Amino acid sequence: MSPAAEPARATASAEDRFEYVLRLGDTSLIAAQRLGALLGHGPALEEDLAIGNIALDLLGQARLLLALAGRIEGRGRDEDALAFLRDAGQFRNMALAEQPDGDFAETIVRQCLLDAWQLETYESLAGSRDRELADIAEKAVKECRYHWRFSAGWLVRLGDGTTESHTRVRAALEKLWRFTDELLSADALDARMAVSGIGPAPALIRERWETRVSAALAEAKLERPAQRHYPWHGKRGVHTEHLGHLLAEMQFLPRAYPGVSW
Amino acid sequence: MYTQALDAPQTPSAPTDEDERLERFQARIDADEKIEPKDWMPEAYRQTLIRQIAQHAHSEIVGMLPEGNWITRAPSLRRKAVLIAKVQDEGGHGMYLYSAAETLGVARGELVAQLLIGRAKYSSIFNYPTLTWADIGTIGWLVDGAAIMNQIPLCRCSYGPYARAMVRICKEESFHQRQGYELMLTLARGSAEQRAMAQDALNRWWWPSLMMFGPSDTDSVHTAQSMRWKIKRFTNDELRQRFIDATVPQAEYLGLTVPDPELRFDAAAGHYVHGPIDWSEFHAVLKGDGPCNRERLAARRSAHEAGRWVREAAAAYAEKHAGSARAAQAG
Repeated sequence: MSPAAEPARATASAEDRFEYVLRLGDTSLIAAQRLGALLGHGPALEEDLAIGNIALDLLGQARLLLALAGRIEGRGRDEDALAFLRDAGQFRNMALAEQPDGDFAETIVRQCLLDAWQLETYESLAGSRDRELADIAEKAVKECRYHWRFSAGWLVRLGDGTTESHTRVRAALEKLWRFTDELLSADALDARMAVSGIGPAPALIRERWETRVSAALAEAKLERPAQRHYPWHGKRGVHTEHLGHLLAEMQFLPRAYPGVSW
Repeated sequence: MYTQALDAPQTPSAPTDEDERLERFQARIDADEKIEPKDWMPEAYRQTLIRQIAQHAHSEIVGMLPEGNWITRAPSLRRKAVLIAKVQDEGGHGMYLYSAAETLGVARGELVAQLLIGRAKYSSIFNYPTLTWADIGTIGWLVDGAAIMNQIPLCRCSYGPYARAMVRICKEESFHQRQGYELMLTLARGSAEQRAMAQDALNRWWWPSLMMFGPSDTDSVHTAQSMRWKIKRFTNDELRQRFIDATVPQAEYLGLTVPDPELRFDAAAGHYVHGPIDWSEFHAVLKGDGPCNRERLAARRSAHEAGRWVREAAAAYAEKHAGSARAAQAG
């Protein structure tokens, strides 16, 4: 389609684009921070290596996205300024990403629900009108496919493994399911991004996420928990108590020794 | 590297009817032939290798802990990525090494069990704590630097699978060493507080790094036999000297002071001469009385115990689905 024939679209404001890219970048960053803490403590060496890979991919996505957010904002903040010098209320990650690692079942359920959302989101964003975002998404989607294979594979093994593993994974699912409301409920910003051709259509993400997750739950012999309305959304800066602790640890050095290079 | 604790001497007790085989074996070693898993080898050679490779593998796995300690606190996203990749590489090294040990007829599970009950050794260097960010640079620079000195000759070790594993490991270790040095350089060129952090880390890691090469040659019971078998190619003191000669100028370039008041360059010999090493500390840490021995082992045991139900679930799932996979293959 030639540019002239393209339907007229609303232009997204820089503020909107900045906020939207932070939602993506912060989600990857916080998830990477959680997974990074597990390295060396996994149930088997193979899982340690896989978790390390996933943490590295997510961190790579976060760096590209936060650098892009900094450029959009135009106030000279780079990836590190955004990662290390914002307080919890300025983070825009999905609250699911900040939930503690818990036992392996909680880690897997958290990753699985998040991986499905990232995979569908990036798949869609690869066709974004924002070229820079589309390029990042194109790279991320390949990584997210592998992440999903890992987490969904474990969801199935745990769900259909032993009585203990089934009980644990079911409890993790019950505990974390409320945070999926945020992934799937579009707010005004999500809607504006969709209208401007930058973000995906929220209904499409919801439908694909539902299909993907339902199939994995069925294979894992797990029942889908009831969806509850849960309006405290990290993407609007309303987080759980966990994020403050995570940031206190993550940001300690740049806060204690301000203004130096590392 | 990481094999300083090779304990009691193994005296090869060859029955008379094996004399000829032993001679042929030694002739192959002398001709620099590689010994492969299916080849005949003296039991003592096999046991020495199993012990050495397993110690090396355990060291990689335990070594993930002190560095992993700083993943969540790395001060920039680039440093965090580099550190995650490094700790992950160590896990990978553990994996190849356990596989190399398995070619000698011992299962990984058995080796890990020996580590967890405290019967297997691993490098004592990992029983020291990582207290500041500069420790991450220092481990790369000194600990990986010392490891490389020990490991490069192992690439020519007489046992094929071990030698081949070491080729890949050495490449990655030398990359880690450069990254560690680059981190130290950043601190050394940074603020006064960063320089102090770097100096403090060097003060704490210097002597333990020298101890990584193991006891002095006069007290090392293994060296002679291991050298005859070409498992080892240089003595502990030779390797330690090489490390010191390479490292002291690097410390000078950083503007840091090596914490050895007796250190001096002997121009005639072309080597640095160092002060006495406190071997009582080495033996105490080896015996389990280092600053973090208990914590390291506790962390490994806790990961193993916490992961038990996960491994059982994976096995149960595989068992349940093995039938259908076989049916699918048959069909």
